[in-house]
Amino acid sequence: MTARDAINRAHPLWVAFIVHRLSGLALALFLPLHFWILSLAMTDPARLDGLLGFTERGIVKTAEFGLVFLLAIHMFGGLRLMAPEFLPWRAPHKTLAAAAAAVSFLLACLFLMRAL
Amino acid sequence: MPVKTHQVTIVRSSDAATEFEVPAHDNQTVLDVVSWIQQYADPTLSYRFACRVGMCGSCAMTVNGVPRWTCRTHISKVLQDGAVEIGPLRNLPVVKDLTVDMDPFFDKWIAAEGVHHESRTRHDDIAPIDASDPARVEASAGIECINCAVCYAACDTVTANDSYLGPAALQRGWTLLNDAKDAGHDAILEAVSGTGGCHNCHSMGSCTALCPNELDPMSAIAGLKRETAKSFFKRRR
Repeated sequence: MTARDAINRAHPLWVAFIVHRLSGLALALFLPLHFWILSLAMTDPARLDGLLGFTERGIVKTAEFGLVFLLAIHMFGGLRLMAPEFLPWRAPHKTLAAAAAAVSFLLACLFLMRAL
Repeated sequence: MPVKTHQVTIVRSSDAATEFEVPAHDNQTVLDVVSWIQQYADPTLSYRFACRVGMCGSCAMTVNGVPRWTCRTHISKVLQDGAVEIGPLRNLPVVKDLTVDMDPFFDKWIAAEGVHHESRTRHDDIAPIDASDPARVEASAGIECINCAVCYAACDTVTANDSYLGPAALQRGWTLLNDAKDAGHDAILEAVSGTGGCHNCHSMGSCTALCPNELDPMSAIAGLKRETAKSFFKRRR
């Protein structure tokens, strides 16, 4: 890779950007699956019960922790962007980005502790 | 005693790089290194500089993947195991070696209405300016930009979208929008809300993180987003 291709993205706001983008993509991929499982309540209740039983497993609980984390970080990441754009703030951007990550992690951990 | 040297790679085009061994000196800047190569090793090397003190904005290059003013960057700060890679700025056409064509950058300043819109004639009094007025504070922050294009080269949105006006041009628009002496309010909002306008910005923040003058183009663009949104809803009403 040459100097022209490799720009230094090692700063918190770029990381916050990529986390927001990737969490959004991951949620977009998850949602069709989510709605399909919900639809089973009407089309195939027995299969839905089977899938709900599956969610009692530890590995699925951990995956759900990831899901809640993605949801939380995407939401707070979005709020972080909207705050400087729609409120008259001179933004302490890095603090907002760090706070978004911290609150998301806290929420996801609380969810996991309740689930386990 | 052997002379201490730096291993310097100059990226001269997308598929060519030349290596040089440059004698090390105290208080040596990246621009000093490039100048040594041009004067003592390869007179065909093209690069651009003028003031050497961080005022003119003409010597920006990509140093180890980061756009920087070469005149204000000490080589000791960027050396990695005694080596450094220097290339032209990203996102602009290369004229030759380390020299880029700045035309697209300045064309976008004009496209963002980054030009003076006169509000008075020479026969009128000068507009009174209150330095503590919040709008003036915004304008005063932005006028320190010296058009070096470091933010433009740092921006991944510019890389992905040719028509995007970029951080410097949009910050210029925001500065003039807040300047009581400029009468271009509507023209600026119109210019920065179009296809390549402020709403393309993904708030990656590389412009703000890397601006050598410590300006904050990302917040300026956020301000434009706010004002264009306000203007949109006002017109709809």
